[in-house]
Amino acid sequence: MAGIDLESFASIREANIMKLKEFKQNGGKVVGRYCTYTPNELILAAGAIPVGLCGTSEKPIPAAEEVLPRNLCPLIKSSYGFAATDTCPFFYFSDFILGETTCDGKKKMFELMQEIKPVHVMQLPYADYEHALDMWTEELRRLRKRIEDEFGVKISDDDIWKATDLVNRETVALKALCDLNQSDPPYLSGIDLLTVMWARSFNCDHEELISMLQELEKQILASPADPAKSGARILLTGCPVGTGTEKVIKLVEELGASVVAMENCSGYKTLELQTEQSFNDPIVALAHKYLNIPCSCMSPNPYRMELLDRMIDDFQTDAVIDLTWQACHTYNIEAFEVGKLVKSKGLPYLHLESDYSNSDLESLKVRIEAMLEMVEK
Amino acid sequence: MIVIGIDIGSVSAKGYIISNGSHHRTIVPTGWSPRDAGQAIIDQLLDATRIERDQVERIYVTGYGRVAFEQADKTITEIKCHARGIAELYPEIRTIIDIGGQDSKVIRIGEMGQVLDFAMNDKCAAGTGRFLQVMATVLGLDVSELGGAEEPGQMQMISSMCTVFAESEIIGSLARGNPKGGIIAGLHQSVGKRVAAMARRMGVREQVAFTGGVAINQGVKRAVAKELGTRIIVPEACQYTGALGAALLALEKG
Repeated sequence: MAGIDLESFASIREANIMKLKEFKQNGGKVVGRYCTYTPNELILAAGAIPVGLCGTSEKPIPAAEEVLPRNLCPLIKSSYGFAATDTCPFFYFSDFILGETTCDGKKKMFELMQEIKPVHVMQLPYADYEHALDMWTEELRRLRKRIEDEFGVKISDDDIWKATDLVNRETVALKALCDLNQSDPPYLSGIDLLTVMWARSFNCDHEELISMLQELEKQILASPADPAKSGARILLTGCPVGTGTEKVIKLVEELGASVVAMENCSGYKTLELQTEQSFNDPIVALAHKYLNIPCSCMSPNPYRMELLDRMIDDFQTDAVIDLTWQACHTYNIEAFEVGKLVKSKGLPYLHLESDYSNSDLESLKVRIEAMLEMVEK
Repeated sequence: MIVIGIDIGSVSAKGYIISNGSHHRTIVPTGWSPRDAGQAIIDQLLDATRIERDQVERIYVTGYGRVAFEQADKTITEIKCHARGIAELYPEIRTIIDIGGQDSKVIRIGEMGQVLDFAMNDKCAAGTGRFLQVMATVLGLDVSELGGAEEPGQMQMISSMCTVFAESEIIGSLARGNPKGGIIAGLHQSVGKRVAAMARRMGVREQVAFTGGVAINQGVKRAVAKELGTRIIVPEACQYTGALGAALLALEKG
């Protein structure tokens, strides 16, 4: 696959709207999804396409606030706003929406979204113990049945295993690309990294996406690293960030530093997780993988701390920024533990609370700038 | 060497000139134009010291207006400048509380005056100079009169942190006939509580310095000291700490 560059990723979203339209016209089925807990493998095994619904734009928030409270996470408001205003083509093409009870705000919002389009909500347990795993396994079976009923297909175990192989390979390719930034200077800016990580969820063809990722990795390795990117190396963690809500990454990079890695769910959070193919039952294998995701909704959530600890070292991090969107209680509270970990490693830690508006750019900037002054080389 | 440090805050702009070891300082209201305020500072400093503009080696600028000021050789955050300024005045200080016109912050500093950690208030004006200014207006006073007008013995608690709600609360309290001095003591206590909570969250290390325009207010100083249970040192020119830090950093080419 020749001619793949960052621009190819920036245009994925537009290109895939057309592909999706064609797919639908030929009778194809589409599932809209929001969260990393979504088992894409089951959707792919049914021959349907999972598409990422983003909720990363401020635009539909006023419409959402006609129904939802103002003092709510902007991601939830934006997700609902896109649905309510019917302004997202991917939502439009979705036959049904797949949600999870990751947080209180989302699960209650999905009840309201139900009035706009069918929503299947998976009940997510909040810990990694035996009967939580049993419950989550049953939830995956319930989803398998819902997809079968909804689309009139039979999902075989074999189809699921094939899909797990595909998703595993995609995860490996993504991780390899992100890991390029362990070098100093980094190969990719934080904005480039975000472009790739965000755009990939809109790609319909996963085999094609894997080739694109591998090709991009090759090309990046072939070109010399940019010594201009030798500023402070920042690790970003916390709530999901996407194109449209990249203000913190932008500010960091305008101030001469680089976001070398992102631990959040649109980034590195799930990239170490593989579906083990040694299980007899693919559903049990999937349950294990997905219940390991270190989202702050898990209680306790030790794997996130382990992952951050390792990423801080692997990516030669100079400082950590933890971004909490307004009213996200779990990430907001967990920030205390993250701060303790980062400071125990002798690095500056900056916790920012914000929303999708630009009203706090100046006050965010002074905090980020002061933190960068602490690590000035 | 001659250098200038300027701190363009939301309410006032402060300047320090260091000329071969001797200092001179000045202050002007920021008004609507941070650029003009910065220029006025330079003019006044040069005028008072009879120094020509081209004799000035470097100008470092801090404060919210720093970005708008093109003559800056370098801009630095208030956080680093306050740390540098305090390290010069009181090398033994480890915690700085700074309350200015539109924000409040707590800074922890190391032995060399380097910033170890910091916290800032949210984007609203609660507990800042602006908050006190609005309340002073309701009470028919100038903000500079608040410190001398409190009567801690008749303290009336103010529970609203939001500037708009606190204003209504005071109007209600006045309507019930509560004494002005007691209401003012309550206001000071509420500002002190808020900043003390921020300081405790970060870990207060003695000694503690209190800087920024609000530090002039003896009532707030007393409230912060009481809440933290520590002695608080207020520099004689507490408003100028950031400008001093900027000038020192300019001197050191920091």
